[in-house]
Amino acid sequence: MHLNDNSVDLRKKAHWVWRETLAIHRRTPETRLASSLSPIELFVALYYGGIIRFDAKNPYAEGRDRCIISKGHGSISMYPIFADLGFFPVEELQRVCQTGSFLGGIPDPVIPGYETVNGSLGHGLGVGSGIALALKRKQSERSVFVVVGDGELHEGANWEAIMFASQHRLDNLNLIVDNNGISMLGYTDEIVSHGQLSARLVAFGWDCFDVDGHDVIAVQQALTQMKIKQEGKPKALIARTLKGHGVPGLENAPLSHIINPKRELIDALLEQNP
Amino acid sequence: MSEKPLAMRDALLGRIWRAMADNHKIFFTCADFGSPVLDKIRSDFPDRFVNVGIAEQNLINVSAGLALEGYTVFAYAIAPFITMRCYEQIRVNLALLSEVRPMNVNLIGVGAGYSYVVSGPTHQCYEDITLMRALPNFQVLSPADHVTAASLFDRCISKMGSKYLRLDAQVLPALYQESLPDLETGFHIHRTGKTVCFVATGFMLHTALKVADNLEALGLSVGVIDLFDLSTFSAERLHQALASFSGIVTLEEGFRGRGGMDAMMFEFISRRCINARMLNIGVEGAYRFELGNRTELHEQVGIGPEIVQQQVTSFLQSLSN
Repeated sequence: MHLNDNSVDLRKKAHWVWRETLAIHRRTPETRLASSLSPIELFVALYYGGIIRFDAKNPYAEGRDRCIISKGHGSISMYPIFADLGFFPVEELQRVCQTGSFLGGIPDPVIPGYETVNGSLGHGLGVGSGIALALKRKQSERSVFVVVGDGELHEGANWEAIMFASQHRLDNLNLIVDNNGISMLGYTDEIVSHGQLSARLVAFGWDCFDVDGHDVIAVQQALTQMKIKQEGKPKALIARTLKGHGVPGLENAPLSHIINPKRELIDALLEQNP
Repeated sequence: MSEKPLAMRDALLGRIWRAMADNHKIFFTCADFGSPVLDKIRSDFPDRFVNVGIAEQNLINVSAGLALEGYTVFAYAIAPFITMRCYEQIRVNLALLSEVRPMNVNLIGVGAGYSYVVSGPTHQCYEDITLMRALPNFQVLSPADHVTAASLFDRCISKMGSKYLRLDAQVLPALYQESLPDLETGFHIHRTGKTVCFVATGFMLHTALKVADNLEALGLSVGVIDLFDLSTFSAERLHQALASFSGIVTLEEGFRGRGGMDAMMFEFISRRCINARMLNIGVEGAYRFELGNRTELHEQVGIGPEIVQQQVTSFLQSLSN
């Protein structure tokens, strides 16, 4: 079982993942870029920051922490991470969306590292709650992490799970909200606002943490604190992020979900940000 | 063996309750829906029982999570709600995910067909066979009595994968007094006969047997088959059982001509090149709000014993022409 210590330079790693994600999108414009850029620091802190226990050679090892990336299509940035950690060969990154590859535009559970079906939105938290309950019953000390987008929280099934998790005191359950504020057709505040999301979750019996989602050190510290805290309440980290982070024209643009930046722009960005 | 009539759910839940004492891998989930036997499960195994509330989407998701961690899950709710309210959860987190990960989730839906007689179309269920048989990696099981319902427990435990058990809500007479249904075959021949064979599922087996009795009194002997496994029955043996008939009558308490057991049997006889004509008995495709007892409702929608007998009699005449 592997748990990364703090020897990895998280900032450098996050930058590398950002570059790799742009490179994948340059090769494969069918992938969703903007929503994959907002959670990069969250993923890097989880997997390199000593939060998630994993076994790349035995992805379903009993001793692992369970991580569900419910906002599936916004997780192309997980591909370089899983490859880098040894879940599958790095060469696979060259074949995203190609015939014979298992790395699709929306990740499927055949990809080593992915626990469940991701991308059909609003499923991860309920399944994660079931896993968290099972771990409690098995007296396992492992934790469950579920990464969702704020747009995804429009799906009502999440709120069924949110009520369930506090009722059953699932303090091994950690929700991470990539709160980039934008779904496909615009700002979530203008579509159906979550108001102050943390206040809503607190009202539902959750503990809430708040963080600048692009400060990977702060994210790592918040996740560490959240994972340790097991006081009878499920926990949520609301990460303030920017959709399309670091890409001019994409960053925080209301239609960023469906905008594909030109290859020349990506080339220039990669050159300017070695 | 003499079987006292029992609700299907109590027969099945009784098997689950007895097994839970030794089998610590069984977890029972429900969406705020009870039964007398469920009270025993609740009180005796509080650690492996969870009521998610009136929240079928979460019922499926939580059950999937428990199954991923190695539990054999029985999820329990009213039939239309455990199938249609949460169909995408079933599709994604059970049918699709079990393609990749070993899971054992058994959905127990109570209230097949018109069995909630006075509750109207929201609580009645005429679409479930169609919808659930559309999903790969799903076994659809439709018992006609409590003996079969209880036997299906063995299937739920021994075979991995997702299953849907559609149970009647009413107490029905036991039809398996002498022998247990053969789970491997997936169907049971209740009567051999000539010319025409009934293939019935669930409650409609009772109607089929009643109509067969009436026809017998008129000197007409028809075959009657209980098809209680609508997905993994032995195709070879069903072919053999049907090969000698020139007419097949399907009987289901579900919409006719909308992809239910009738469509399944059309596909079956076509694929197997069985030379027989078909008559499909099923609910005429409309939602209706009339009240009455189950037999009266059945006559109104074309599946009551009288109308079935009329239709079968004409069918027999057409076959002899």
